[in-house]
Amino acid sequence: MAENSSSASIEAVERSLASAGYIASRQIATAVYLAEKIEKPILVEGPAGVGKTELAKAIAASRGLEMIRMQCYEGLDEAKALYEWKYAKQLLYTQILKDKLGEVLGGADTLAKALEQLHDFGDVFFSKEFVEPRPLLRALEQPMGCVLLIDEIDKSDAEFESLLLEILSDFQVTIPELGTVVAIVPPTVILTSNGERDLGDALKRRCLHLHIGFPEPKLEERIVETRVPGVSATLRKQLVGFVNQVRTLDLKKLPSVSETIDWAKVLVLLGASELGHEMVKDTLNVLLKYEGDIEATLPQVSGFVAKSGRQGVFG
Amino acid sequence: MRDTLHRFFRAARGAGVRISPAESIDAMRAAAEVGLADRAILRDALLLTMAKSGEEKAALAVCFDTFFTHPDFDAPSAANDDDETGEGASESGTEAAAGTASAQDSTELGPLAQMLLAQDRAAIAAALSNASNAAGLADIRVFTQRGLFASRVLEQLGIAQLRDDIDALTTRNPADAERLATALGSLRETVSEMVAQALLLYGREEKEALRNEILRNAPMARLEQRQIAQMRVLIRQMARRLRERFSKPRKRQRRGHLDVRRTIRRNAAWGGVPFMTAWKRRHRDKPKIVAICDVSGSVAQVSDFFLLLIHSLHEVVSDVRSFAFSGNLIEVSEVLEKNKPEEAMKQIMSSVGYGSSDYGRSFVDFEKGFMSAITAQTTVIVLGDARSNNLDPRADILRRIGERSKRLVWLNPEGRMGWGFGDSEMPRYATFCNVVRQCATAQQLERAVADIVATYQ
Repeated sequence: MAENSSSASIEAVERSLASAGYIASRQIATAVYLAEKIEKPILVEGPAGVGKTELAKAIAASRGLEMIRMQCYEGLDEAKALYEWKYAKQLLYTQILKDKLGEVLGGADTLAKALEQLHDFGDVFFSKEFVEPRPLLRALEQPMGCVLLIDEIDKSDAEFESLLLEILSDFQVTIPELGTVVAIVPPTVILTSNGERDLGDALKRRCLHLHIGFPEPKLEERIVETRVPGVSATLRKQLVGFVNQVRTLDLKKLPSVSETIDWAKVLVLLGASELGHEMVKDTLNVLLKYEGDIEATLPQVSGFVAKSGRQGVFG
Repeated sequence: MRDTLHRFFRAARGAGVRISPAESIDAMRAAAEVGLADRAILRDALLLTMAKSGEEKAALAVCFDTFFTHPDFDAPSAANDDDETGEGASESGTEAAAGTASAQDSTELGPLAQMLLAQDRAAIAAALSNASNAAGLADIRVFTQRGLFASRVLEQLGIAQLRDDIDALTTRNPADAERLATALGSLRETVSEMVAQALLLYGREEKEALRNEILRNAPMARLEQRQIAQMRVLIRQMARRLRERFSKPRKRQRRGHLDVRRTIRRNAAWGGVPFMTAWKRRHRDKPKIVAICDVSGSVAQVSDFFLLLIHSLHEVVSDVRSFAFSGNLIEVSEVLEKNKPEEAMKQIMSSVGYGSSDYGRSFVDFEKGFMSAITAQTTVIVLGDARSNNLDPRADILRRIGERSKRLVWLNPEGRMGWGFGDSEMPRYATFCNVVRQCATAQQLERAVADIVATYQ
């Protein structure tokens, strides 16, 4: 009974992602489903351009939630990721309230009393009013919940990972002056990594680990179909077949899904109805991003086109 | 279900997937969430929660498939029995009827004998898995335990009772006794297969740990062909460990040293009142390494592993230039960067390898062509046995190298006992080196490289 409903709801996740324009494999859908059920962040790894960031956007769109994105880079710290005090505002307020200060302290005749009154007053400046929420804190404060995308976590420093741990496991942050802020509705957290460095075990342990590789040709065709509606069925089959063959070569940067989509768009713009040698040779720079890669692929183009053409006929 | 999952966790640990209690809790929750009905979904769910890297995923997928084909695996044995008696049944239905009749009149038989006679496949499978749990099959570690565990499982199944039953039946009902005897045979087979599979599942961890431990302390120069591939894997693991240890960020704040310029600039908006302070940072250098490796016959294998290790340390080491020599010296950095390690070594060996070594001439080559590669930040590592075949060792060049560089380290695969004997020039070279270490085993190699990298931290 429970099993039936679980596989049905995984399909439902798949459908709702599809409605947001994201064709997910069953593994991805399972991950999204589980993330929601057991309230765990998803750590998505895989080569560039397979739709890691896109997944977060699609989840946000399918659930009608806001997406808060935090791009990681070297040197990212607490002040930029979590919260910061509005120093300028604090300063401005002290200037304006200077006159009031006299009134507040007016009643005090001894220094100790004045100090006491000043203490109560001082807390005002370190209150919620003066906190500038950065993406992580903002994600916790969303009343409806949100999708928090922590993009390219591998680019940040190892210290930053430790900063994330509290948020990822308990959905809360501790601000020394204010106390602990707990999420109103736990956000769905997606972390992406290109594997530039190995992430710490503590971080990995707190996440579901999803690896998105290059999709199966069938799935990739469906992705192209939704993303570039103008492509004819034959061309779609041929170009996906071609890209898959290119991926078997030893290249510096293998073409991923985003390149396939770009290429499909270019071919549509050029009015192609099926793959031709010349056209492929002219547009290869859309698919491959390094001169060396293009040179390595050029001699193979004819063979690949012929092969993918055959697949188009028989497949 | 909980027991099954627990056993699966142990099997997964055996397959080299590190699973912490927290992860096993997650896996449990995920499994409870998706249920056990759809094996593919369960597989995905467990892969998501337990495996945390690509390699772990692959290992766990294999482990999952082996582990959960278990119930099916019992079936062929029962099917075997089926075939044997199936023939009999098709020959004459009366015999089968007689069989059931005899089963009825022999209710004093043990439960195992009854199950086998009745061909109750499900019951046999259940009994097998109960017996293997009771025998603690998941504790199996090494292959020599196979016999022990097999007999324990059979004991738990009630084999003694079965034997008595067979003895009792031979006089009363020889046909049934015959059937039980063949069934016993196939039962033994099933159990031994089951034990073998359990060994595959649970024993791998120990086996690998043991093997790696032996390998780490074996002299690298004298490995067998089959060990070389294993050693490469081990070296990669070592490289990963070193990377994780040393690839921490390279900036460290020097607390207490105010960076006045940056502080003033940062606080310009508040009229120079220093609300936010900026502290001086100290940049840590990544090591720059020049490796000069002897690839003559005696040390070639060690050089091979050393180069593999150094070149897998990208995150830790910013700049590596490698040189290989035996009779003369060439730069091999590019070959190593562009090719797979095996091919690269083959290329290097075909151009300079396996000659008799001439340290003097190789140092001359280095001084002429590549001295500019050494700066004050460079650590120079020379790997060789310092046996120069009684040719001029040109220790003066080594002195100049030592003076130009930050550190000069000599790694010698020979034991200290041999240094200075025969044509070894080690004592002369050693005077100019900051560090001289023996480096014969993988463990020594790892320590040596770790020390070199650590001096930069």
